[in-house]
Amino acid sequence: MSETNGNSMISLEDLKVYYDLGGGGLFDRLTGGSKERRVVKAVDGVTFDIKKGETLGLVGESGCGKSTLGKALLRLTTITGGRAIYKGKDIAHMTKSEMREQRKDLQMIFQDPYASLNPRMTVGNIIGEPIRTFGLANGKSVESMVQDLMETVGLSRRFIKRYPHEFSGGQRQRIGIARALAVDPEFIVADEPISALDVSIQAQIMNLMEDLQKEKHLTYLFISHDLRAIRHVADRVAVMYLGEIVELAEAKDIYEDPLHPYSKALISAVPVPDPEIEAEREHIILTGDVPSPINPPSGCHFHTRCQYAIDACKTTEPELVQIKPNHYSSCIRISPEQPNIEDA
Amino acid sequence: MSEQNGKLLSVTDLRTYFQTEDGVVKAVDGISFELEKGETLGIVGESGSGKSVANLSIMRLIPEPPGKIVSGDILFDGVDVRGLPLEKVRDMRGKRMAMIFQDPMTSLNPFLKISTQLMEVTQLHLGHNKEQAYKHAIDMLRTVGIPAPEKRIDNYPHEFSGGMRQRVMIAMALSCEPELLIADEPTTALDVTIQAQILELIKDLRNDFGTSVILITHDLGVVAGMTDKIIVMYAGKVFEKAPTRELFKNPANPYTKGLLKSVPDPAHEEGTPLYQIPGLPPDVAHLPPGCPFEERCERAEDICKNEFPPFVQINENHHSLCHFAKEVYAESTGGGE
Ligand SMILES: Nc1ncnc2c1ncn2[C@@H]1O[C@H](COP(=O)(O)OP(=O)(O)OP(=O)(O)O)[C@@H](O)[C@H]1O
Ligand SMILES: Nc1ncnc2c1ncn2[C@@H]1O[C@H](COP(=O)(O)OP(=O)(O)OP(=O)(O)O)[C@@H](O)[C@H]1O
Ligand code: SF4
Ligand SMILES: [Mg+2]
Ligand SMILES: [Mg+2]
Repeated sequence: MSETNGNSMISLEDLKVYYDLGGGGLFDRLTGGSKERRVVKAVDGVTFDIKKGETLGLVGESGCGKSTLGKALLRLTTITGGRAIYKGKDIAHMTKSEMREQRKDLQMIFQDPYASLNPRMTVGNIIGEPIRTFGLANGKSVESMVQDLMETVGLSRRFIKRYPHEFSGGQRQRIGIARALAVDPEFIVADEPISALDVSIQAQIMNLMEDLQKEKHLTYLFISHDLRAIRHVADRVAVMYLGEIVELAEAKDIYEDPLHPYSKALISAVPVPDPEIEAEREHIILTGDVPSPINPPSGCHFHTRCQYAIDACKTTEPELVQIKPNHYSSCIRISPEQPNIEDA
Repeated sequence: MSEQNGKLLSVTDLRTYFQTEDGVVKAVDGISFELEKGETLGIVGESGSGKSVANLSIMRLIPEPPGKIVSGDILFDGVDVRGLPLEKVRDMRGKRMAMIFQDPMTSLNPFLKISTQLMEVTQLHLGHNKEQAYKHAIDMLRTVGIPAPEKRIDNYPHEFSGGMRQRVMIAMALSCEPELLIADEPTTALDVTIQAQILELIKDLRNDFGTSVILITHDLGVVAGMTDKIIVMYAGKVFEKAPTRELFKNPANPYTKGLLKSVPDPAHEEGTPLYQIPGLPPDVAHLPPGCPFEERCERAEDICKNEFPPFVQINENHHSLCHFAKEVYAESTGGGE
């Protein structure tokens, strides 16, 4: 996709994030450690646009690079290659002070709420800190702002003096959400923001995020394993597999008409909250080991687990191409002329 | 599960409180349930309703102070866990009863390699030597779907993704094939395909070794497929207890009804907000005298504000904490058949 026009919030071009696990050095060879250098290609050439005011859902197997991608957009992890253009500038190459200016507008709700909350700070200070740092309020008004935010995410105002360990898992998650909302950002990477919440509070948070979006034209990258939730909140959905995007389409189309074999398996695995249906249902359970991002399979990364794989899949790297209007997929066996893999 | 070959766990009137600056938090306030060998119990409910605390109490893992099990009985295979000296509990933990914790980062030591942490368990409980423990650790990581485990085993927790850490925890809990497995949100950080794999693994454990499982989850799809019976918690209390199918089909409690209604439905009309139970979750340090759900309940009448509701028996295995339990039940059987 190359429509880098005024509509996009962030444009990614061939973005890469690699983690170096070491190994292969002289020390390793002498001590019998790993002989090869081990590099995790967590994000390996991702290209897409996040449009202003949209919610882009990001789904995919655990470990496929979703959090890494989200963190890269806020430069919370080092970008190895490619570009991430925000307001005409490449995030990868912003200076420290340029980055600091963007911090207010770019926020993240972290996947692991406990690890991201300072255990020695009260909730009041955790949520209040960014408000003070960016001078959005001072003195007493910070406290009332914090309490309003707490109520918005379903936490009692009385909890303001409590420490993170005094909260349940879902309560902590809501502290993280309140903190991200505190500074009135433009763009939020929400990394599994509702996974630890009961369905009613999930609904409350999703409704809240949608209201804020309407009111303030917020843009979200919404990472979640909960495909039912994604279906509800996202305008478009990107499906990721081993560091690459394999499908990108309107949310409805991903669910009703998944084109890529991996997306098909993913959609079929969603459990249904009805014991009778669930007892009868067939899930496509993917067989084969999940490949390692250290040594991803050649050709199509998915070929080792794909029931439609042919020899060419082992050697040809598929590209993300438009198969149907605004529906992109990367699989060599499908094309605009031949969109259904079953017919291929 | 039909082969009921005896009770493994019975919890009676358990109460666990925390002392905080803001008063006493009655995190768990008089809950009871039983678990047969080979049975799977689902616990669902409000965030903050005491699900984790109840199960940490069974494992005797409540930090004391500020927490304390103030009353109740916990019988595990006839042994009074509450009265047991801590070192005896430690022997049981990890071996006979194991827990997959909700927060993987708090239960994995960030300064120790994954290998060290996994090996510790089997060295302690199964008497493995280093080599056996290392091999077993790699096998377990493979079982829970960590790719190339021999390359990852010497990594530190922060080098793993959220879901991978969760799987390390699962590997650790399953290492010694426990008789009771408590899984607190075991699959929240996992994608649906890995989730399906882990759930299969738990099912196998149950079928092959008769392991009893307590599954705490917010995912009603998961409880629907995995459990024999369910308890629904709200504000430290059991609000409803029933066999799984019965609970989904004929809920007898307004809170349960609201919960079931909040699940996003694929057929949901676009642009309209999701159903959410109105109002705020209760503050368990300051509960009103009546029903803790009263302020948010669509069914509430005056009596609910003033009197604590009874735990009404609907039929042999179905109970609901509500002044109008029978009426609510009648509504759902009437409309749901
Ligand atoms: N160490 C503590 N000190 C004070 N209060 C605590 C402590 N730990 C838990 N609580 C409180 O006890 C109540 C029950 O917490 P618990 O963790 O059991 O909830 P939960 O049902 O597991 O919720 P979730 O679904 O969000 O994980 C909550 O209100 C919580 O704030
Ligand atoms: N700091 C790090 N050092 C080394 N490797 C890392 C680091 N962080 C992540 N990785 C690796 O990068 C890959 C992608 O991780 P990431 O956290 O982005 O996955 P994810 O898609 O968010 O998974 P999950 O759904 O489980 O949260 C994984 O193989 C992970 O082990
Ligand atoms: S390119 Fe081949 S291996 Fe990859 S998804 Fe398509 S058919 Fe399967
Ligand atoms: Mg992640
Ligand atoms: Mg919990």
